[in-house]
Amino acid sequence: MIWNALLLALREIRRNLMRASLTVLGIVIGVAAVITMVTLGNGATAQITAQVASLGSNLVIVRPGQRMSPGQAAGWAPAFKEDDITAILEAVPAVRSATGTAQRGSSLSYLAENTYTPVIGTTPSYPEVGNWSLTEGRFFHDGEQRAGRAVCVLGESVRKTLFAGTSPLGEKIRFRGVACEVIGVLAPKGQSAMGQDQDDVVLMPLKAYQRRVAGRRSRQDVGTLMLSVRDGMSTEKVVKEVTELMRERRNLAPNESDNFSVFDTKQIADALSSTTRILTALLGAVAAVSLLVGGIGIMNIMLVSVTERTREIGTRLAIGALESEVLLQFLVEAVALSSFGGLLGIALALIASFGLTSAMNLPFVLDLNIMLLAFIVSASIGVLFGFVPARRAARLDPIEALRHE
Amino acid sequence: MSERLSGSLISLRGVTKTYGSGQAAFQALKGIDFDIAAGEFVAVMGPSGSGKSTVMNILGCLDVPTSGEYIFLGEHVESLSRDQRALLRRHYLGFVFQGFNLLARTTALENVELPLLYRGLPLAERHAKARAALALVGLTGWEHHTPAELSGGQQQRVAIARAIVTQPTLLLADEPTGNLDSERGAEIMALLTGLNREHGITVLMVTHEADMAAYASRTLRFVDGVVGHDTSYVGAD
Ligand SMILES: Nc1ncnc2c1ncn2[C@@H]1O[C@H](COP(=O)(O)OP(=O)(O)OP(=O)(O)O)[C@@H](O)[C@H]1O
Ligand SMILES: [Mg+2]
Repeated sequence: MIWNALLLALREIRRNLMRASLTVLGIVIGVAAVITMVTLGNGATAQITAQVASLGSNLVIVRPGQRMSPGQAAGWAPAFKEDDITAILEAVPAVRSATGTAQRGSSLSYLAENTYTPVIGTTPSYPEVGNWSLTEGRFFHDGEQRAGRAVCVLGESVRKTLFAGTSPLGEKIRFRGVACEVIGVLAPKGQSAMGQDQDDVVLMPLKAYQRRVAGRRSRQDVGTLMLSVRDGMSTEKVVKEVTELMRERRNLAPNESDNFSVFDTKQIADALSSTTRILTALLGAVAAVSLLVGGIGIMNIMLVSVTERTREIGTRLAIGALESEVLLQFLVEAVALSSFGGLLGIALALIASFGLTSAMNLPFVLDLNIMLLAFIVSASIGVLFGFVPARRAARLDPIEALRHE
Repeated sequence: MSERLSGSLISLRGVTKTYGSGQAAFQALKGIDFDIAAGEFVAVMGPSGSGKSTVMNILGCLDVPTSGEYIFLGEHVESLSRDQRALLRRHYLGFVFQGFNLLARTTALENVELPLLYRGLPLAERHAKARAALALVGLTGWEHHTPAELSGGQQQRVAIARAIVTQPTLLLADEPTGNLDSERGAEIMALLTGLNREHGITVLMVTHEADMAAYASRTLRFVDGVVGHDTSYVGAD
């Protein structure tokens, strides 16, 4: 009986294909919006996760200045010094390795090529803490750091700009009056979660940076500390211990608030994905309204259909159709209609989300569950909004229905 | 059961039908009593508004009497539920409606198949029976035409094919020739006569025309909600 009802329903839809397509537009848009949103959201989340992982897992970052909350500036706070790094390593055993960075934007040149790039002074632990690997050459070692040698490691973007086809190893690039020998190239990481090009950097020993690149006023300063937490150790605990240590080292009285902030990568990831979640929820609400409108559209067209086909219903009842069979017929028709809309919506969503993810440079992460769910929801809309018209059809009096003009 | 063995397929006892209520109440049937035996071919005649269609609807289990008894195949139809009456229609009754009531944009074959669909027959059997029924009414070759592509007489024959495809016990036809010229009318009557004689189907037919009623073995004449004349009593007595 279900099978027959389905065949009948499909025949009826085929007969009025245009009308059916217009009727289900709301569902199509709703389903397409939901799936597209989720696909984009998944892509964004996957990208954020990948970027956070590329920062290095178990990373704790320490910055001078109060934690920024919306609309509130960080305010001035004293910078860190190099001995803060050693102090943390000594005092917090859960920290496996630690590094610090200081940076300054500089124009670089190699022969006739020029570029403007942040030059970062850091320590030899930088690749280990920041989870960087090298495609060519090597990173600078402790000896070079202590001696303050003018050696540097290029990010992939800088290498591309300055050394289009050739190997940069052994060549000297110039910035702020320093001739710096290139000894390595970092493996590319792409954009950061905040949209910066992480490969647009030049790294050099902190000592050399402080002596030759940093401004006169900030000679001893270290801007950011990065700590890598030992596997299996709690990053929250490290955050707490480092906070206490730094308060002590910065001579903060108990009633003073922190003039630095300590956070781990998980917090960064959470902050970023909460934005994504809000957006997804918002557009999800739009999609839900659209589905509701779609449902009402189906109810409307089914009511019209019941009126149009009153004589047919009368005939069916007269030749012995049970109430439940007529109900089922119209219910199946409504469900077929809404499922048809759901399928169109899924198709549209596939096209839209593929286009959008590639336009927005996001990974295309297909979630089969959400497609299945969207399909089930659209079918349920058919049941929900098809019930009233179907019951009206089933309850018709056969004699009156046959007499209907 | 004994009623059927004694030849009574249908028994109406004191059947009344009142439409509406209060001031607007109208009594269309004012106490009808008659029996019809299996195998009869009965014509129902009478002026417009005399209650012919009303009694046909009751006999066809589409409607129930306001009072009185209607016994069909030993069942008290007046006390059955809506779905039980639907099942009686499905298994024992065939209808030919005055306005044909074929499904539009649906081929003759599909129209004739419809009652078999509700009986749950498999596709192959449905097709075979529907083709046979169409052949019986002389419409071989017209299976795939929709009502819009058929003449009035052909549509009426499709309607008859649909009514008889289930081999009903009782065939009810409300003015089956009302829309047709006398030549087509005669064809339909020949068909009904054949079904009655060769297939043993009991036929009850409403008609306004005396020459159509002449095909029947018995005539019930309705006047103002009662049976005014029943030819069977003439012969019997
Ligand atoms: N649903 C209804 N509501 C109210 N009155 C009705 C209804 N159906 C029929 N009637 C009335 O009952 C009476 C009998 O109607 P019925 O249809 O049985 O007549 P008929 O003998 O079939 O007439 P005709 O030859 O014109 O078809 C008529 O007066 C009609 O107006
Ligand atoms: Mg009538």
